[in-house]
Order: sequence, then structure tokens, then C-alpha cells
Amino acid sequence: MSEPVKIFLLLAPALAVIVLLFFGGLLAGLLQSLGYMPVIGLDRISLDAYRAIFSSPDFIRSFLLSFHIAFSSTLIAALLAVAAGLLLRRRFFGRKLISFLFQLNLTVPHLVGAIGILYLFSQSGSFARLAYSWGLIAGPADFPALIFDPYAIGIILQFVWKELPFIGVIVLANMQVLGTDYEAVARSLGASRWQAFCFVLLPMLAPGLLSASVIVFAFTFGAYEIPALLGAHYPPALPVLAYRHYTDIDLAARPEAMAMAIVIALLSAVMIALYLRFVRRQLASHKTASQIAPFTGRPGDRR
Amino acid sequence: MAGQQDKAAARSGARLWTGFRFLSAGLLLIWLVLPLLPLAIWSFAKGWFFPDLLPRRWSLRAWDYVFSDTAGLFDSLGQSLVIALAVVLVSALVGLPAGRALGFYQFRGKQLVELIILAPLIVPGIAVVMGLHSLFIGLGLTNNLAGVMLVHLIPTLPYMVLVMAGVFANYDIAFEQQARALGASRIQVWLFIMLPSILPGLIAGSLFAFLVSWSQYILTLMIGGGRVITLPLLLFNFANAGRHDITGALALIYILPGVIILLIMAGYLSGRGPAFGGTGRP
Repeated sequence: MSEPVKIFLLLAPALAVIVLLFFGGLLAGLLQSLGYMPVIGLDRISLDAYRAIFSSPDFIRSFLLSFHIAFSSTLIAALLAVAAGLLLRRRFFGRKLISFLFQLNLTVPHLVGAIGILYLFSQSGSFARLAYSWGLIAGPADFPALIFDPYAIGIILQFVWKELPFIGVIVLANMQVLGTDYEAVARSLGASRWQAFCFVLLPMLAPGLLSASVIVFAFTFGAYEIPALLGAHYPPALPVLAYRHYTDIDLAARPEAMAMAIVIALLSAVMIALYLRFVRRQLASHKTASQIAPFTGRPGDRR
Repeated sequence: MAGQQDKAAARSGARLWTGFRFLSAGLLLIWLVLPLLPLAIWSFAKGWFFPDLLPRRWSLRAWDYVFSDTAGLFDSLGQSLVIALAVVLVSALVGLPAGRALGFYQFRGKQLVELIILAPLIVPGIAVVMGLHSLFIGLGLTNNLAGVMLVHLIPTLPYMVLVMAGVFANYDIAFEQQARALGASRIQVWLFIMLPSILPGLIAGSLFAFLVSWSQYILTLMIGGGRVITLPLLLFNFANAGRHDITGALALIYILPGVIILLIMAGYLSGRGPAFGGTGRP
């Protein structure tokens, strides 16, 4: 068997599954978003659904809300993950425990985290009770609405809880590969701690950090069950709005639901493009790192 | 004199810094377990009303109910397990050869293949599953286990392929060639050369895939159509209905496989060289 044939046969089953299910689903969604639904007698292609959603304040509000959720969650999780990485790369009492909890957290499904956040931050939740016992509030209604709230604070808290360890594990792995030699060189040349972090460590972490962040952004933008549980009834996050439209008894709402799905898919396509860019840069920077390594003294430290 | 002062300032600065680090480590530690605590407490509470910080009375009522026949736990657990196991099996059978192709060979269009496999990991399920639902209706694949298993392949298979590609990138084909030269049949090579050396990676990939299927929500909800109630769907229903004690107990059961898998992985990832198997390359 020639090599190309062999490669094709090895890849064919997996590609068939992904192309049929994933791209098939996307294509069916795209066609229906264009109003092509022969089953119910619609076979004219049009952009009506897109026109309808982009001129609907409900859609715009949900889109902006989901963007706010994804952007805030990703930014906060990424910042905290870098801070946690700096903390955990040093040896200290309890480091192993935190690393274990990071990994434990990765295995906990988002839904469980969301329910936990609900019980902690709702107006009759644990923090409201603490506030009451300290005399800060007179009753549940005085506690600020952090769940089912228009700013999606509960949703963001949940995503930060789940994604901080996700980005953190990647950042920490990168830090361990890079070692502290580069910063030590910068420090010996007179850089301050802050300068060594900003101009030496951070640029080297950037590709890994950004590629992880891009995955988190796409996920938090398109997740359904977390905003369905923790979100305000109005405006709903975009995935919830799309689901409501899809399950509407009025079949005419369907092309709009599909158009929303395609908007989510397009946004994640942008994220894929960014991801590939960052990953390639990471490969390149690790190559440079190994080229510089001999000049920084102890190349044996590196894996 | 001035030097001593500087030194003293530096020392108190360092002490401040250490204190700050311990404080933030402590906060991080608490934050990581915090959302799980009320779930555990609720599951043993007999009513837990505002403003009590802890329940006044404890009971095993929620656990009794959860393990009774009326709660639906056993059905859900069974469905979640059957789906996840079937999905892992298919992902392994289909993902292993693809991982071998991607790990071993350089070929034209490899980047495109990698892109096709990466895409389902980044594009959210909701964007795909609505279109797929309309296709599945015509094929009789909605409201049943088969359809849910198929749709779970979308997030699990790419994980399996990527893990196996990593394993095969670290695999030396010369072992296979030697065995063949010594007269081993193709099947013997698969069973006695390839399988043992990729087994750790295969297990790791399978455990990942299991957890990915285990945590799916919207894919199951749409394709299962309310007929297939996996554990997360049951959990969501109880949480939405405000049955906090039962929700707590179910949530603890739901996260159990993840904890077990983590302990297994931690056991055999620590210490050994190429963590995910392979033979090492010359």
C-alpha cells in the first residue's frame, strides 16, 4: 500500500465522522438561516433572517451581553491565572494542594460550578447570610443582586472559577519550560522585578496565554447551561436566546435561531484563526528560546 | 548607618511580600473549593433557611431520596454511563488510526486536516446542534440514545485524535519493522508491539473523552429531546425546581467520576518519562 493511500485510510473514518456531524450540522444551520427549509415549503434563499435579527434590539442586547460575559470572564481569568502562575511556580507550603485543586476543578462540570455559585451568591445564599450576621444587611432583599442580574456577575464568577485553573495550568506549564533564567539575566542587567516581568516573562508567556484565552472566549460566548441557570430572564445570553427561538412553536422563528447559531459560529471562526496564529508564534518563540538557552547559563534546567 | 536602614527596609519589604504571597495562596485555595461547599452541606441539611450560616438540623433525607427508585438517579446514571462508554469506544476506534496518521506522517493538506479536527473543539455546541437536530429528525436519530451518542462524538473524537497524535509523535516505528522482519504478522504487531506502547496514552485519551461526554448538556438536551435524561439534565431540573438538598446530593455523585479519574491519572502520570506512552524516538 502506498503511503498516501495509507494516510487516507487512517484518516478517513475520523474525518468522515467530523465532516458529517460537525460540518453537516453547520451547513444545515446555514441553509435554514437563509430560509431554505423544503420540509415546510420554504425553498427561496434570502437574508431575511439576518436582516431581522440585526435590526432587533433583543438580539443586539443578547449579543452584547454574551460579548460582555465572554470578554470579562476571559480577561479576569487570564489576569488571575498569570498571578496564580507566578505564585505557584515557587516552592512553598501548600503548593501541591493548590495544584491538585486546579486539576480537580478542571474535572468538575460547569453546571456543578454554576449551582455552587448560585448557592454562594444568591440573595439568600451563603454570602448574604454572612452579610446579615455581620449586620451589613437587614434582609435578603438588601443583598446586591449578583445572580439573575443584568450585568451577568454570577455567570462571570462561575466562568472565572472554572477557567482560572484552565488557563492557569497552561501558564504554569509554560513558566516551568521557560524557567527563571531569562528574568535572572534581566535582573542582573539592572531591570527591576516589574520590568523583568513585563518585558521578559510576559512576552514569552503571551502566545500560550493568548491561545488559551481565545479558547475560553469562544467557550464562554457560546455556553448554554450556565447563563440558562444563572442569567436574568431578560436579556438572555445569545445561546439562550437562540435556543428559545429554536424551540418556539412558531416555525418562522427558526431561520432567526439558525442565523444566531451562524453568528456564534462565525465569531468562533475568528477565534480559531487567532488561536492558530498564537500557537504558531508559540512554536516559533520556543524555538528561539532553545536557541538563546546556551547563552543564559544553565540549559540543563530546561525540559 | 544608612546601609543598615536599607537592609532593614528590604527585610521588612521581603516579609511583607511573603505575607502577601501566603495570603493570596490562602484566598486562591478557599476560592477553588468554595462553590463545592454549599452543595455538600445542602445534601445533608434538613432545611437550611436564611439567615442560618449552617443548617440547624441535619439529615440523610436527600441521600435516601436520591437512592430511591422515584428520583430517577439510576436511570440517568445508566444513560450517562452507556452513552459515555459507547462514545469512548467509538472515539478510540476511529481516533486511534487518525492519531497515527497525524503523529507519524508529514503529508500535503496536513494543516487542513488539523484545522478540521480542531474546529469542533472551539466552536460551541449550540452553533452546530440546532442544524444537526433538524437533520436528525429526518433520520430518526432524535429522542433516543443512538442520536445522543452520535452528537457526543463531536466534542470527544477531536480530543482523542489530538491525544493519540501526541502519542504517535513519540513512537518509533522501527520496533514494528523489526517485529515484521522477525516474522510477526500484522495483527501480532498491532497486539504485541503497538498496543502495549500506546496503552497509557490510549487510557488517558479515553478518560478525557469519558469526562467530555459526561459533562455535555446542550447537545443531550437538544438531540435527546427530553427523552434521554442524562445526569446533568436531571441535576439541572432539580436545581431549577429549587430542591437544593437533592441537587447537592446529585451534584456530588455527578463529580465523582472526575475525581476518581484525576486520582488514577495523578497516580500514573507522576514520575515516568513520556507521560502519555509511546516508545520514545531515536
